[in-house]
Amino acid sequence: MPDWLPRRRAKNEPAEDAATWSKCPKCSEVLYRRDLAANLWVCPRCGHHFRMSAVDRINITVDGDFKEIGADVLPGDPLEWVDKKKYAAKLAGDREKSQLSEAVICGIGKIGGFETAIGVMDFHFRGGTMGTVVGERIAMLLERARDLRLPCVIFTASGGARMEEGMLALMQLAKTTAAVARYREDGNFLVTVLTDPTTGGVSASFAFQADVIAAEPKAMIGFAGRRVIEQTIRQKLPDQFQTAEFLLEKGHIDMVVPRADLKAMLTRLLDYAAAGRSRTAAS
Amino acid sequence: MNLIVERERGLLELEKRIAELREANAAQSLDLSSEIRALEEKYSQIQREIFGSMTPWQKVHMARHPNRPTASDYIAEFAQFDELHGDRHFRDDHAIVGGFAKLGERAVMVIAQQRGRDTKENLRRNFGMPSPEGYRKVQRLAHLASHLGLPIVTFVDTKGADPGIGSEERAQSEAIAACLYEFTIARVPIVATVIGEGGSGGALALSIADRIIMLEHSYYSVASPEGCAAILWSDASKAEEAAARLKLTAQDLLQFGIADEIVPEPTGGAHRDPAGTISRVLKNISDALGELSSLPAAQLKEARYQKYRRIGAWQTERLETVKTGP
Ligand SMILES: [Zn+2]
Repeated sequence: MPDWLPRRRAKNEPAEDAATWSKCPKCSEVLYRRDLAANLWVCPRCGHHFRMSAVDRINITVDGDFKEIGADVLPGDPLEWVDKKKYAAKLAGDREKSQLSEAVICGIGKIGGFETAIGVMDFHFRGGTMGTVVGERIAMLLERARDLRLPCVIFTASGGARMEEGMLALMQLAKTTAAVARYREDGNFLVTVLTDPTTGGVSASFAFQADVIAAEPKAMIGFAGRRVIEQTIRQKLPDQFQTAEFLLEKGHIDMVVPRADLKAMLTRLLDYAAAGRSRTAAS
Repeated sequence: MNLIVERERGLLELEKRIAELREANAAQSLDLSSEIRALEEKYSQIQREIFGSMTPWQKVHMARHPNRPTASDYIAEFAQFDELHGDRHFRDDHAIVGGFAKLGERAVMVIAQQRGRDTKENLRRNFGMPSPEGYRKVQRLAHLASHLGLPIVTFVDTKGADPGIGSEERAQSEAIAACLYEFTIARVPIVATVIGEGGSGGALALSIADRIIMLEHSYYSVASPEGCAAILWSDASKAEEAAARLKLTAQDLLQFGIADEIVPEPTGGAHRDPAGTISRVLKNISDALGELSSLPAAQLKEARYQKYRRIGAWQTERLETVKTGP
């Protein structure tokens, strides 16, 4: 077992005990959380993919050890932001609730035997919004992956740029793009897995700059939020609009992969990339 | 209603009155000069009151002023401009204008967001909100510029990317993401000027640049003040407060190191002296291109990388729970 996971897991326990039962938001089935976890947080009745914590995601994706990158990069409060609450208080609440220090965990681990740079966003921390720390950790991850010539897989889940950090948050789109470009132009392989939801600044930057883009079933993916579009056009949108299946049909993404098959699919993708690379190295 | 239009109404009345008196004064033997002087005094006093220190919210309105010079007004002052159309896939988006141009003697690629000046033109230009095909035209022109070795000059002026059904169906996210990528890898100098509104990712798509110039009363924001207020306060009427908190003025962005320089506007805003404002902006763009053009492509790209790599504010701290970090 990786060193850091049990420790994170232990911290997570009380929260899980407090909510032993979960209700499926799709079919209203009441589910025992342990069964839900065993089924990879997919409703056994209707197949609804629950939003996952980054820690759980790493746990079901990585074999063995995971060496975290950028864990010591923590949010500041450059705008001394206050709306209905102080930004600092919101961050503290999210830390408490999610047991995370920010909305992404990055690091290096193995997927199906392939050493891979891995980033996992978590919607439970500030709605997965990208502020400086998310941008910085993603950039650090890609820089490390470039140095080590590793493939990179990033799981996205984000409401967009983090407004509480103002323009410094918007500039993280530029920062992550710079890192992706440098990484890819060097002949490396980037895969993104878009999970529910992936919108705004994250979808308009690294999420859609990958070599292969996969998505989980029914994940909501788009640039503008559904509400904004409905307000603009003054009509209700069809249910399947902006879903992963909709994007697949429109040709925006490569594949929709059920969570149960995701690790196997990532392993196959990493295998193709490795095959290509060894051929390049041999020539 | 635009706040600035409202506030300047009285001034415009006074201006008219002064002009009338001047005319009367010239035509008649009657001496009205003291009356004129008094009015002029009053005029400049009101002007100072209104425009002396504008709040961020007033600046947002100034940036949206219907008479504010738009991108085509700037492009018209280039020595030459040959427009290139379309994204080669779907259609020509009129919210984006671009093509070969000469700024003085220097050949450049100019790429701009273009809003309309009246309702009819705004409908044609979608209020300056580009669709994916617009952003694909941007990519195409940026790529061509890089291919030919022509510097890129952009003008940013948009509320944001178009948020419609068609735009989502044609992958607005991917279109913007690919613009960011194209500007990032471009081997040529890029100078971006925010002339009005810099609305979020839709504006960023034209402003990954080696030099960012902002007009004194332009703004550039992660979200529109109205949108931010609706989301974070659940109350769109808090837009004025959001505008102040978002730190979106040119002066704020200069402090953050995001904007590199600010071009001053005449009292009352750029629309009170379009010709003067435009010539000052073009001079600054020219000077910036002059400095950047001497740098080899590799050095230019490295500097661009480092510039964006540095932006942000965070703190570092060793977490007790994480010991395996390399
Ligand atoms: Zn269900």
